[in-house]
Amino acid sequence: MTAHFKDRLATLAFWLAAGVVVAVLAFLLGYIMLHGLKVIDWKFLTSEPETIRAGGGIGPNIFNSFYLLFLSLIIVAPLGVLAGIYLSEYARENALTRSIRLSIETLASLPSIVVGLFGLLLFVTTLGLGYSLLAGALALTIINLPLMVRITEEALRAVPHDLREASLSLGATKWQTICRVVLPSALPGLLTGIILASGRILGEAAALIFTAGLTTPRLDFSQWDITSPTCPWNPLRPGETLAVHIWKVNSEALIPDVRRVADGSSAVLVIIVLLFNFLARWLARRASLRLTGQ
Amino acid sequence: MTVKIKVENLNFYYGDVQALKNVSIDIEANKITALIGPSGCGKTTFLRILNRLCDLVEGARVEGKVLLDGQDIFAPDVDVVALRKRVGMVFQRPNPFPMSIYDNVAFGPRIHGVRDKRRLDEIVEASLRGAALWDEVCDRLHRSALGLSGGQQQRLCIARLLAVEPEVLLMDEPTSALDPISTMKIEELLQQLKKRYTIVIVTHNMQQAARVSDVTAFFLSGELIEYNETGIIFTRPRDRRTEDYITGRFG
Repeated sequence: MTAHFKDRLATLAFWLAAGVVVAVLAFLLGYIMLHGLKVIDWKFLTSEPETIRAGGGIGPNIFNSFYLLFLSLIIVAPLGVLAGIYLSEYARENALTRSIRLSIETLASLPSIVVGLFGLLLFVTTLGLGYSLLAGALALTIINLPLMVRITEEALRAVPHDLREASLSLGATKWQTICRVVLPSALPGLLTGIILASGRILGEAAALIFTAGLTTPRLDFSQWDITSPTCPWNPLRPGETLAVHIWKVNSEALIPDVRRVADGSSAVLVIIVLLFNFLARWLARRASLRLTGQ
Repeated sequence: MTVKIKVENLNFYYGDVQALKNVSIDIEANKITALIGPSGCGKTTFLRILNRLCDLVEGARVEGKVLLDGQDIFAPDVDVVALRKRVGMVFQRPNPFPMSIYDNVAFGPRIHGVRDKRRLDEIVEASLRGAALWDEVCDRLHRSALGLSGGQQQRLCIARLLAVEPEVLLMDEPTSALDPISTMKIEELLQQLKKRYTIVIVTHNMQQAARVSDVTAFFLSGELIEYNETGIIFTRPRDRRTEDYITGRFG
């Protein structure tokens, strides 16, 4: 076998592997859209799910997904960003930081169903939150905290060391340097990371089955008393998200049009996640254009 | 002559490696002092000690004294942030912040508490004029600094430094990443700046040291071999090693 032939063979192998990735994605997307798009209409997107009759929609589920995303982001983003700043800017290499890193890696490798069951024990039962959006948000925090920390750390480390030294050489304190130079320069990376994490939060089901619950009370959008179970904004009410709804419909629903609801819900979820990914790329490009001024 | 920085028996270690050996030198006010020597001779390390940027390196250790206007900059009660405001640095690669030209120059004054818009405008203009950049950028102050050419970026970094009114300017090979014309502009600028500032410049380029500096210090393997007026160093060096280096026999 000549070197030239091996070279062509290797190229072919790489090309094929890449082709398989694209083909799998194209097939999945095509299949989901083909079956799902024809189900989606305004009524499907806004009406309530049915329990035994056909014709149910996914309105409250979409709302729950976004509200839960918001709740978990306001917990996980500050925690993750602060921890990431610590690891990137303050931590020295020693036993303490090694154990912090090990903890983060371990946390990242926990299966989400295990986090869900842990959430059931701790948040739902012991802390008495019941099946609630808050319990779900806390479970999602456990799942996404490692990702958030790593995203922040990597975004900050990507900021050239030169810029820090320049700032310090002008008599800035370390905190001023971080706030005014490092964080703004890292913003495109941070934003992208947060949005990609959002996509993951939207798609998460296993951790929410036992924490945010499988039901949604009849929501009343004119109800502003946040302690009322019918108030959409009440974080202590249960709330079934879109991803959980897909799982429930397929495993234990009594409705006759399971296939229709599942197809439509899957397509909506995939579209939302895709939109988030495109939004992330667009924002990152815009932010880096603004920084470089071209 | 006034001594601005007096260094006495300075030793510096990165962990177990000794990077500077027993260096003593007097750096004079309002003069340009050039530090020359082959790569790894300790000249950049020496420069970074003068505003304590060396503190950022883990495992670094300093012995000896560095006196700025008679005060030891390594004394325990010294405020490093205040020291760096007095002793600023221009780096090898231009490193403007990813923000507008105006915000780059206003960065220093702002962190030191200047809020008044008119006062900031004045400082920005004066600093950009001081760095011979004003005429080229006055119509695009609010555009990103990263759109400037390399030479303009380096002069912006100098302007950014002038805006905090330092006393000493440390320059770490400030023209090594620039083209000849930008280099010439910066060298001309240095002659202007030395009237108001004390300048210490590290350079790989011996012609540059000969052209711009008043005093030259030759470093080799962490030792200060010879230190004298630039004219003397380049014509009648006392040490054989200095002569070998400046005539290009090594390094």
